[in-house]
Amino acid sequence: MAVQKLPLAKALNESLRKALETDPKVVVMGLDVGKLGGVFRITDGLQKDFGEDRVVDTPLAESGIVGTAIGLALRGYRPVVEIQFDGFVFPAYDQIVTQLAKMRARSLGTVKMPVVIRIPYGGGIGAVEHHSESPESLFAHVAGLKVVTPANSSDAYWMLQQAIQSDDPVIFFEPKRRYWDKGEVDTEAIPGELHKARVAREGTDLTLVAYGPMVKTCLEAAAAAAEEGKSIEVVDLRSISPLDFDTIQASVEKTRRLVVVHEAPVFFGSGAEIAARITERCFYHLEAPVLRVGGYHAPYPPARLEEEYLPGLDRVLDAVDRSLAY
Amino acid sequence: MTVESTAARKTTRRSSGTKRTASASTSTTKKTSTRAEAGPVEPELVQLLTPEGERVQHPDYDIDLSVEELRGLYRDMVLTRRFDAEATALQRQGELGLWASLLGQEAAQIGSGRALRDDDYVFPTYREHGVAWCRGVDPTNLLGMFRGVNNGGWDPNSNNFHLYTIVLGSQTLHATGYAMGIAKDGADSAVLAYFGDGASSQGDVNESFVFSAVYNAPVVFFCQNNQWAISEPIEKQTRVPLYQRARGFGFPGVRVDGNDVLACLAVTRSALERARRGEGPTLIEAFTYRMAAHTTSDDPTRYRRDAEREAWEAKDPILRLKAYLENEGHADAAFFEELEAESEALGKHVREVVRAMPVPDHMAMFDHTYADGHALVDEERAQFAAYQASFEGGEAE
Repeated sequence: MAVQKLPLAKALNESLRKALETDPKVVVMGLDVGKLGGVFRITDGLQKDFGEDRVVDTPLAESGIVGTAIGLALRGYRPVVEIQFDGFVFPAYDQIVTQLAKMRARSLGTVKMPVVIRIPYGGGIGAVEHHSESPESLFAHVAGLKVVTPANSSDAYWMLQQAIQSDDPVIFFEPKRRYWDKGEVDTEAIPGELHKARVAREGTDLTLVAYGPMVKTCLEAAAAAAEEGKSIEVVDLRSISPLDFDTIQASVEKTRRLVVVHEAPVFFGSGAEIAARITERCFYHLEAPVLRVGGYHAPYPPARLEEEYLPGLDRVLDAVDRSLAY
Repeated sequence: MTVESTAARKTTRRSSGTKRTASASTSTTKKTSTRAEAGPVEPELVQLLTPEGERVQHPDYDIDLSVEELRGLYRDMVLTRRFDAEATALQRQGELGLWASLLGQEAAQIGSGRALRDDDYVFPTYREHGVAWCRGVDPTNLLGMFRGVNNGGWDPNSNNFHLYTIVLGSQTLHATGYAMGIAKDGADSAVLAYFGDGASSQGDVNESFVFSAVYNAPVVFFCQNNQWAISEPIEKQTRVPLYQRARGFGFPGVRVDGNDVLACLAVTRSALERARRGEGPTLIEAFTYRMAAHTTSDDPTRYRRDAEREAWEAKDPILRLKAYLENEGHADAAFFEELEAESEALGKHVREVVRAMPVPDHMAMFDHTYADGHALVDEERAQFAAYQASFEGGEAE
């Protein structure tokens, strides 16, 4: 059963199952993760098979969930915490930033913090307020945390297990609008490195860098551009912290143009960091300034407006055209 | 300083008009009259040793200690106070950037700390120097953070004493999670989590109460109510005695005379045993007083009156045990003289170690950020090393 076609959500479920089977110290915890199987069913069936001690339903208190996970990690466990939605992580933000991220450094490297915090993130599902945000930059900015996000089922399956195996805290962002997209998962493959970016499509005229939910959008944009004779390369970052600048640099040295796409607001977003560093690294290769496409400096809008707020095919292609016009 | 027993019996009047007493022998009639003139009566404290050093009994808590053990508690308190005084002096001399004194809280810390078993685990805030002492942590380890050479600096697993935590109340959740892990392991050890009256207002402390109750975690919450959260009095944190909050979360709470080392030991030992038996958490409120400033950066003369401190000085935890030891003939002059010499030696040692603490190597700021490495840290470390190397021959060090 090496290769299966699975929705991204099911790949995460299989990944958690595998992690629970492999390591008795892995504990899945969060609100509704047990009987309900999580609001997105990512933990479906796990409590039935592994028991209430391994798949732990928690009180409704995000700081409590993360804070007790830190304590469990200090005791030698490897907690995998579920935060129901992106906008609900903020009650736990203090524990993540002031405690989880810094514990190892404060102990001069004597303790490990193998805690994974899974956060369904991003928009596009017509949800209400606080259910559609992309706060990845807020975590990437914090030393001591790692931030990753898969864009397809195979990465969902492998990256989550790699995150669980890491002795560092990992914020694992799940692109919720892609939960139901199917993709091939080879459960016997040798996975790539957790923090290595992937060239998702080869091209020669311009590089699109994206991650999580925007990888699919960018692949669609590249396909549309190909019909107009433009050869677009798409890089799937996979990891936001650390960030694989070498792969982006190699691509930009080839294509000489870069557009970064993410759902999060552009201002102080991950695109800004990529633009700055790639400008440093590739100044003489660039034919155009690095452009960014993303959300606006406004609260995430009500669902009826989110298609205007989120980068779609047209906004990505518009940026491609602007870059190529230089 | 001498203890005036009459002063010790006086109740302390606070600006709110609430009366408090450290005496367990307060009569019912007196309480009623207090209620009439000043609102709700403060509950009685569990007390085994009066401020005058008289041994009293309590129906629920008893303790039977050998002379050696009693002397040991006294020695712990004296040495902890000496260490604390030395650290305060070192801060005044510019050797430490900051110090959070425990002056006045020795009984709460030594009493609770000596109730622990080796396999128990402690989650302190940043003032538990006496508990660290009980755990066998080298006291000079506590000073690295205050000197600015690290942000913690010890292996918590070497003495089962977690790092100091500055963000208020965070560690109570770590303690609860750790206790949940103990329960998962099927072990019979327990966790002791410290926090203060100010931290009792924090969400994390209340969430830790919820989690520990729900999971029946073997954790004992030890709140040192030292009456002041920097400049904010206890009245700004709560409208009910703190120990009473436990009942609302579904576990017992008890208020103990925090200046009575015997009572603190007895009550904490009982709560830890309860946790080990699988009966879940307990909240202990140690009713005590921070005799010094919040930290050396603080100026308590701006917000509290000398009379208040003087009233609490009459309840000094060390003097009352000394009186008891002397009255019972448990310790002679030679004992106190030897301890005095030991205190001075400790102070000298601390002074020498602190002054010898080197500034860490410049590259150390990159160390231990991640276990698995991180490309950005590697890159910035290399850049910084190259920058430092550019001064070669100039400032090689």
